[in-house]
Amino acid sequence: MTELLKVEGLEKHFPVTKGLVFQKQVASVKAVDGVSFTLNAGETLGVVGESGCGKSTMARCVARLLEPTGGTLTFEGRDITHLSRNDMRAVRRDMMMVFQDPYASLNPRKRVGFIVGEPLEVHGVGTEKERKRRVQELLEIVGLNPEHYNRFPHEFSGGQRQRIGIARALAINPKLIICDEPVSALDVSVQAQILNLLKDLQDDFGLTYIFIAHDLNVVRHISDRVLVMYLGRAVEIGARDALYVEPKHPYTGALLSAVPIADPQAGRARKQIVLEGDVPNPINQPAACHFHPRCPRFVDGKCNVDTPLLEPVGTSEGHRAACHFPLERWPMTEEEMRDPHLTAPVEAGAPD
Amino acid sequence: MAHFLIRRIFWALFLFLVATIITYLIFWVIPTNPAQLAGGHAASKEFLQSITHRLHLDKPIWVQYYYFLENLVVHGSLGRSFLNQQSVDSIIGKDAPVTASLVFGGAILWLSLSIPVGILSALRPRSLTDRVTMTFVLIGISAHPVWIGLILSFVIGYKLHLTPIAGYCNFWPGAPGAQCEGPVQWAYHMILPWITFMILFAALYVRLIRASVLETMSEDYVRTARAKGASQRRVMIQHVLRNSLLPVVTILGMDLGLALGGAIFTETVFNLPGLGNQVIRAYNANDLPIITGVVVFSTCCVIVFNFIVDVTYGFLDPRIRLSN
Amino acid sequence: MSSLKVTDLNTSFRTDDGIVKAVSGVSFDLQEGHTLGVVGESGSGKSVTFLSVMGLLDPRQAQISGSVQLDGEELLGASPARLRQLRGRRIGMIFQDPMTSLNPVKSIGWQLEEAVLIHHDVSRKEARRRAVEILGQVEIPRAGQRIDDYPHQFSGGMRQRVMIAMALINNPEMLIADEPTTALDVTTQAQILRLMKNLQEEFKMAIVMITHDLGVVAELADDVIVMYGGKVVEQANVDDLFVKPEMPYTWGLLGSLPRLNSTGARLEQIPGQPPSLLNPPSGCPFHPRCEFVMNICREELPVLEPSEQGENHIFRCHLDDESRARIWNQKRAALTAEETAA
Repeated sequence: MTELLKVEGLEKHFPVTKGLVFQKQVASVKAVDGVSFTLNAGETLGVVGESGCGKSTMARCVARLLEPTGGTLTFEGRDITHLSRNDMRAVRRDMMMVFQDPYASLNPRKRVGFIVGEPLEVHGVGTEKERKRRVQELLEIVGLNPEHYNRFPHEFSGGQRQRIGIARALAINPKLIICDEPVSALDVSVQAQILNLLKDLQDDFGLTYIFIAHDLNVVRHISDRVLVMYLGRAVEIGARDALYVEPKHPYTGALLSAVPIADPQAGRARKQIVLEGDVPNPINQPAACHFHPRCPRFVDGKCNVDTPLLEPVGTSEGHRAACHFPLERWPMTEEEMRDPHLTAPVEAGAPD
Repeated sequence: MAHFLIRRIFWALFLFLVATIITYLIFWVIPTNPAQLAGGHAASKEFLQSITHRLHLDKPIWVQYYYFLENLVVHGSLGRSFLNQQSVDSIIGKDAPVTASLVFGGAILWLSLSIPVGILSALRPRSLTDRVTMTFVLIGISAHPVWIGLILSFVIGYKLHLTPIAGYCNFWPGAPGAQCEGPVQWAYHMILPWITFMILFAALYVRLIRASVLETMSEDYVRTARAKGASQRRVMIQHVLRNSLLPVVTILGMDLGLALGGAIFTETVFNLPGLGNQVIRAYNANDLPIITGVVVFSTCCVIVFNFIVDVTYGFLDPRIRLSN
Repeated sequence: MSSLKVTDLNTSFRTDDGIVKAVSGVSFDLQEGHTLGVVGESGSGKSVTFLSVMGLLDPRQAQISGSVQLDGEELLGASPARLRQLRGRRIGMIFQDPMTSLNPVKSIGWQLEEAVLIHHDVSRKEARRRAVEILGQVEIPRAGQRIDDYPHQFSGGMRQRVMIAMALINNPEMLIADEPTTALDVTTQAQILRLMKNLQEEFKMAIVMITHDLGVVAELADDVIVMYGGKVVEQANVDDLFVKPEMPYTWGLLGSLPRLNSTGARLEQIPGQPPSLLNPPSGCPFHPRCEFVMNICREELPVLEPSEQGENHIFRCHLDDESRARIWNQKRAALTAEETAA
């Protein structure tokens, strides 16, 4: 397993300024507050979290569409954190993005052929004839009719437009594709098509994905490993099965519990954990553990004083959670979660 | 809210400074010889020199500007006309009310017309009423105020003898040598100028209001109000109007500010002794102090009105009023 | 004892491109205290159906026919004044986007009071008292102080609670919720759904839950109608729908759902996209995308017929009972195999 991408301590702070005439920075919105993970070639890392968790910002920082204010990005062994625009352009050949809104991410005034072929043109690949052939090939790969080369985006449906976006991302054979909520705006029946397409492309072209979504079902389906974010921080990361079957962080547990199950009997049988309060605003971050005001396991004096770090938990390799009192088992009800555990956190590799 | 106000005041002052610098540069620095312009063709060398010295034209630019600014801010004076040595302030003071009466009177007229018409058009989009209105709007925007003014002056004033052809009457009686005076005469003489001035704006505002109302009516919260069982009247007054007229406030402020600098076309056609007419005369005579004075004054008006608009908007929209 | 009885509802719009048949021949019954789930994707007509019921469509553009009876009283063709009396008083409605559904320049207290004052001749003070009370019932903390706040000072979840409060303030018998949680985070959604369930018990009202999310339907609904291309294609009790769906579109919907216990195997996908309502497909609206399509499907619209379980479960499909049972058993086996493999 070769390591393709290594993100360490990634930070993106937006300054908050105040002042009558001259603006002074008085605080910062820590949209991404120290996120670390590694990504191996050929795997899919799913990133889940709710609004304000920073997952989209994090993705844009990885692609350097936003400049990180801290941390390092290492792509294929090379530190790309502070590369100049010119140097970064070469890296961008290997790192492409697919966006959420199929209605907004395609230039409505340009024909589809131009849109899909633009990356080829920007990076000076091939002659005009070769580019056209490649574009038609790409359209076919994503399941569109290559003869629609000259059509405009508005002539396509949402799902088809998303396919165009994917074709564009594939154009120059990238190694990594960052998908930012690519199916959220699509109908359920179309969503499945796009998810299947993404998986097929991964098999055919050996792609690596970072897949950002808020729908836990979708993330479960497509990911090999999953990263859960809350208010700018990574709270849990691990192999898909480990995380979904045995979540260790109370927030992950609450997220899983909140997802409605498409099975009435199963839904009635379980006791849902419903968190109180709102998803907090990144401007007013709670002290120490960001989750402590809503956490059923909150222990005063510990959770609001010591910031928990990502530490190994559970039995699966690479499963880490940032919690002083990780969950002992799953499923748990809210009452069971509240049972205060004043013993030391679970040691790495220790059996439950 | 106080923060908001103070920031706006600072910004307004800063803008004023920049505007005066640019004005000064345009009129006093770039032309070749202000002293010559002041002295006239027949001026002797010694006279020119004394003018140069008196107007500080022999000093570096920033010193000149400093004197200009000091004159303006400390003494409240914009200098004296090259032509007749009259104080520019008094000239502006005499002409501004004329322009103001044209502009404000016109504004009241155009708002009274455009708001109901705009709303009506929005309520019946693509109906016959709407299409007729939009045609008139197109004419109103396309026709030049000078053309409108001359046509009205000729047809209604000259041919039909319904109103005076041109000229201005003082509102307050008692000015020496006035041909006519008093509120009635004043209004009588202003009818055609008001109509001429307001047609363009009325057309623009009908279009603006119609678009704004149409857009607001399709907002989600209007649907919510209907879902609550609100009557059409309530929906329009309480939900639609308040929100759709907000943009009108912004634009109105800007338009008023600009127009106060001199509604040149209308004033020229009807021979109204306002700022517009004055500045044209001064320009043709190279009377720099008056030109500068009117430009500074009208810039001030724009800045002041923008400030008023900002504050009003902040007051009307709670999202701005209450943001910390 | 109230109920909403809709029979053969048809709604079409006159647009520049032609006539759009948004709703065709929709019928259903909603009993007091029950929850009806309405499932469909874009273009299914699920929202337009209930906008028609509420009389919220522009009469100049929309043509509505059929029958909508609230407690025996016919609503279609009723005077606008009568419909206004019912809206917000006997039927409440909440919509999808809480960010834009509240008037930004009026305080939420004012908007809540308006809901009361439109329908009741009471003093402003009384309306305000009622507003504070209902804000408390929807679990808004410090209701007495927050009542004078403006919508932008609330989060998305809170705004949706305010919307619910506004819809319920006059104690209606029925609440129509059009995708109320689609724009919310999943933990907030859980809160809102739980709140709705509690309020339903407290207020003893019927709920119509319009959504594309089958999970939400499974959690909240007693009965479900599945809409496609402006028509009802299947209607059943919620358990029956998930255990034995009778129609290929429903199979496709259930099959294409990624599950929490999925192994990542290929999802069953429905090819193509939802139909255009300008040029609806002939015959069965689903036939262009159906993997079991037969010639008759292209020509003739299948009628709604009851399944073996009885009158409560109706569906449209030309396939015979035996084939359908066989196909569903195959699909269900595939799904369960995946679940046990997980």
